[in-house]
Amino acid sequence: MPKLTVNSIEVEVEQGASVLQACEEAGFEIPRFCYHERLSIAGNCRMCLVDMERAPKPVASCAMPAADGMVISTQSDRVKKAREGVMEFLLLNHPLDCPICDQGGECDLQDQAMGYGHDGSRYKESKRAVEEKQMGPLIKTIMTRCIHCTRCVRFATEVAGVPELGAIGRGEQVEITTYLEKTIASELSANVIDLCPVGALTSKPYAFISRPWELNKTESIDVMDAQGSNIRIDSRGNQVMRVMPRLNEDVNEEWISDKARFAIDGLKNQRLDTPYVRKENGKLEAASWDQAFAAIAKNLKRVKPANFGVIAGDQIDAETMFAMKSLMEKIGSPHMDCRQDGANIDVSARGGYLFNTTIAGIDQADAVLIVGSNPRIEAPVMNARIRKRYLSNGLPVAYIGEKMDLTYPADCLGSDAQIIKDIINQTHPFSEVLKSAKNPMVIVGNGVLTRDDSQALLFQFSEMIKTFEIVHKGWNGFNLLHKAASRVAGLDIGFVPNNKTGKSAKKMLADAGDGNMGMIWLLGADEIDTSKLDNCFIVYQGHHGDAGAHAADVILPGAAYTEKNGLYLNFEGRVQETKRAAFPPGEAKDDWSIIRAFSAVIGQPLAFDTHDACRQNLITNFPHFAEIGQILPSRWKRVGKSGKISTDPIVPSLQEFYMTCSISRASKTMAESRTSRENYSNQIAAE
Amino acid sequence: MSIHDLVAEEQPENFEFTAENEAEIIKIIAKYPEGRQASAVMPLLDLAQRQHDNWIPMKAIEVIAEKLGMAKIRVLEVASFYTMFNLKPVGKYFLQLCGTTPCMLRGSDDLSRCIKDKLGITSGQITPDGKFSLLEVECLGACVNAPIIQVNDDFYEDLDYDSTEALIDALSNDMPPPVGSVIKRSGSQAETGATSLSDILGSKSAKPSKKPDAKSKKTAASSAKISGV
Repeated sequence: MPKLTVNSIEVEVEQGASVLQACEEAGFEIPRFCYHERLSIAGNCRMCLVDMERAPKPVASCAMPAADGMVISTQSDRVKKAREGVMEFLLLNHPLDCPICDQGGECDLQDQAMGYGHDGSRYKESKRAVEEKQMGPLIKTIMTRCIHCTRCVRFATEVAGVPELGAIGRGEQVEITTYLEKTIASELSANVIDLCPVGALTSKPYAFISRPWELNKTESIDVMDAQGSNIRIDSRGNQVMRVMPRLNEDVNEEWISDKARFAIDGLKNQRLDTPYVRKENGKLEAASWDQAFAAIAKNLKRVKPANFGVIAGDQIDAETMFAMKSLMEKIGSPHMDCRQDGANIDVSARGGYLFNTTIAGIDQADAVLIVGSNPRIEAPVMNARIRKRYLSNGLPVAYIGEKMDLTYPADCLGSDAQIIKDIINQTHPFSEVLKSAKNPMVIVGNGVLTRDDSQALLFQFSEMIKTFEIVHKGWNGFNLLHKAASRVAGLDIGFVPNNKTGKSAKKMLADAGDGNMGMIWLLGADEIDTSKLDNCFIVYQGHHGDAGAHAADVILPGAAYTEKNGLYLNFEGRVQETKRAAFPPGEAKDDWSIIRAFSAVIGQPLAFDTHDACRQNLITNFPHFAEIGQILPSRWKRVGKSGKISTDPIVPSLQEFYMTCSISRASKTMAESRTSRENYSNQIAAE
Repeated sequence: MSIHDLVAEEQPENFEFTAENEAEIIKIIAKYPEGRQASAVMPLLDLAQRQHDNWIPMKAIEVIAEKLGMAKIRVLEVASFYTMFNLKPVGKYFLQLCGTTPCMLRGSDDLSRCIKDKLGITSGQITPDGKFSLLEVECLGACVNAPIIQVNDDFYEDLDYDSTEALIDALSNDMPPPVGSVIKRSGSQAETGATSLSDILGSKSAKPSKKPDAKSKKTAASSAKISGV
C-alpha cells in the first residue's frame, strides 16, 4: 500500500489507486471532467493537473498511479496556473450560452470555471460550431458545447455494452457521434445525460422545463422493475419534473434504466382523479367516495366471502397489501394473490424466492446460468452488473431460452427444458463450467415460474444446487429474478392464497370467466386478461385508467409511487421506501387509507388509522420491514415438487422493455422510445 | 466536420476483399497475439483503400469491423483520425501538396497556384473528370528537396510552377514522369553534386553517377540508394 504526501498530509491508499484518489483521500478536491470512478481512465481533459515533486511539469493525477514516497501539491501557483490554462482552452470553443442551457446550475464546466476561469476571453478567432446529432427520443444533443471528455463513449462501450458512440475526426474537428447517427440501442442510454459534464447531452423530454434550483428533491425508489433502483424525484409544485439516479453501491451503483427515468410523463396522462361507479346503462360515471364505497359494500353483502378475491398488481406498496390482507382476514376470504402474472412460486421458504446472491454478490460470481429470463429487459441495471463482472473476469454466462443479446457474450444452450436435466446428469458441456466454478449463480426468471410445470422445474433446480454445490458456506447462488416491484413484499407478508381453499390469481380469473367469482378487487392489477371479467363485479383501485379500470364496475382512485410513502422489497429482499414527492391528483387517496376507509364502511374497521400506525402494525407482524436498506438473511431450503416436465420451450416472460405498467403505457416518451427502438431493430435486420 | 461531411455521400452497395487480399489479411492478423486482432485495423484499412480506388467506403469499414470483432464505430474512429485514409473518392492521381514551412519557403504556394490554374481545384477538391484531386498536407519528410508533391505513392521533388505544369500535363496523358527530383538531383545531394567525400566517390562524382531510369517506378528513397549516397 503506497504512502504519499499530499499538501504535507500523509495518506496511505490502496495499491493501484491513482494520485487523484489519493488527493481525495487526503481531503482535497481535484477538478476533473473526463475522470469518472466507474469508467476507464481517459486522461484527456487535463483538468486534474497536480504538481509532483521531481516531475518536470504538472501531471494528470487521474492517470498517474500513486506510488510510495510521492510528494504531491495541489495548491501551488503552478497548478493553479496550469488548470487556468486548461480551462481557457476548454472555453475557447465552448459557447457562452449558459442562460439557455439546460445544464445551467448543475454544470461541472460552469462550476469549475468559477474556480479556474478568466473573467474575459483572449480568443478573437471564430468559434467552431458542430452539427447536432441524432441520439433518439431521450437524449438531446447540442454538440457545440461538447468538450470531448469521452465519458459518454466510455459509458456506452463499457457499462451499457453497446459500443455505438465514438469520437470521429481529429484535433479541432473531433466530434462525438453514433455510427451513421443511429439511436443508442440501450436500456441505460440516458445515463449519459448525467455523465455529461457540460450541456452537450441533456434530457430531451426535460428540455427547457425547469432549473435545478427550483426543484424539490425527494429521495425515493423506482418501481418500474423489481430491482428497486434508488432515485431522486425532482418536483416543482405538485408536478414531478424528472427522476435522477441516487448512489447505492449495493443496488444500482449510480445508474437507472431509461424507463425509471422517463416513464414519469405517464403520471400526467390518463390519471384517475375521482371515484367512478358503473351505472345501469353500462357507463362509468363520476361518483363520490361514499357512493363508490356504498356500491362495493352492497355487492360485498350480496357475494359470499368465498366468492370474493383480491389481486394485487406489480407496483403496490407493502402497507397497502398488509391493509388489504387484514381486511380480507376480517371479511373471511382466503382468495388473495400478489402474482397477477400467474407465477407459481414456492412460498414455503423465503430463501426459495429471493435473489439470494444479492446484486453486489454478482461481483464474486464465476459462472452464471440464466433460465427463462432476459435480465437486460427485466432488470437492466442488474444486467450491467453482470456485464461488469464479465469485463473483470470473463464470467462465463449461459442461458436457456430464446436467443437474445445480453450486451455480453453468453451461450444460448437452447430453449428445451430437458437441458436442465442434462446439466444435472452432467451430460451437457455446461455442467463442466458449473462444476469447476467456486461461486456459480443460477438465475431463474418469470419465464419458468409462469409455466404449468414450474414446481417440477424448481425441483430440478434444487437438484442442480445439490449436484453442483451452488449453495455453500458463504455463498448462495440460487436466484429468482422477479420483475414486479411489489412481489417480494407480497410474498413476505403472505399476500397469497392462504390455506388450501384460497384461489390463486390464475384460478380467480378463470373462475370469474365461469361465473364462479362474485367480486374481484384489483389492487392496481392491469397486466391480466380482463376479457373474462364480465360476469364478475370488479373493483379497480389504482392510479391509471388502464386495462383494469376499463373492466371495473367501481373505480377507486389511488396514488402512484411518486405520491406515497411506501415500503417495497426488491428482488434481493432489501427493504426500501418510496417518499411522497407530489400529491395524488383530485380526489385520489393513499391506497392504504382507501382500504382503511372501506373497512369502516362495512363495519369492520382496521386497527390503524394513520399511515404510521399501519406501518407499525406491519412491522409488529413482520419485523424485518423495519430495517430500511437491509436484507433479512434467509437460509436456503429446497423448493419445488418432483413432477413431469413439459416439452414446451422456455421463453422469458417479458419481451418488451418500454411499456410494461400503467404508468409507462401512459407515457409518450416511452411510446417514442419503443418506436425508435423498433425502427432501429428493423434497420439492423434489413442490413 | 460531421459524419456526413467526412464520408462520401454515394457509397457502394457492397465491399469484398479480393482473394489475394483475403490471403494477405490472414497473414497480417497472424502478426498480432491472440485476442489482439484489433491491432490489424490499420493495415486492413490500407488494404481496403488500395483495393478500392484509393478510398475506403463505409461497407469496407463494416467488413473490417466484422473481421476483427470490433464495433463499427471503433473502425470509423481510426479511419477518420488518420488523414491518409480517404473516406471520399479521390482522383486517379491523388496530389498531396506539402505546405509546411520548408516547402512553403521554397515556393509551395506557386505549386498550388499552378494546380489551381491548370486544373481549377484547391485543397480537398476533385476535378470533374475524376482524374485529379488535391489535398494540402503537412510535412511529407522530404524537406531537402522541397517543395514536393506526392502523387499517389510517389514523390516529385524540387518542383516549381513550370515543372508542376509539366508534371500535370504528363499525368493527364497517363505518362507519369520518373519519380524523384525533377531537376535530376541525385538523392539529397547538393544541386551541384557531391561536395565532400570526393576521395571515396571519385573526382568525377560532381555529376550524378547514374541517372534515374526513366521507366523505373522506384521511389526517391530507393533512387538515392542507387546513386550510392
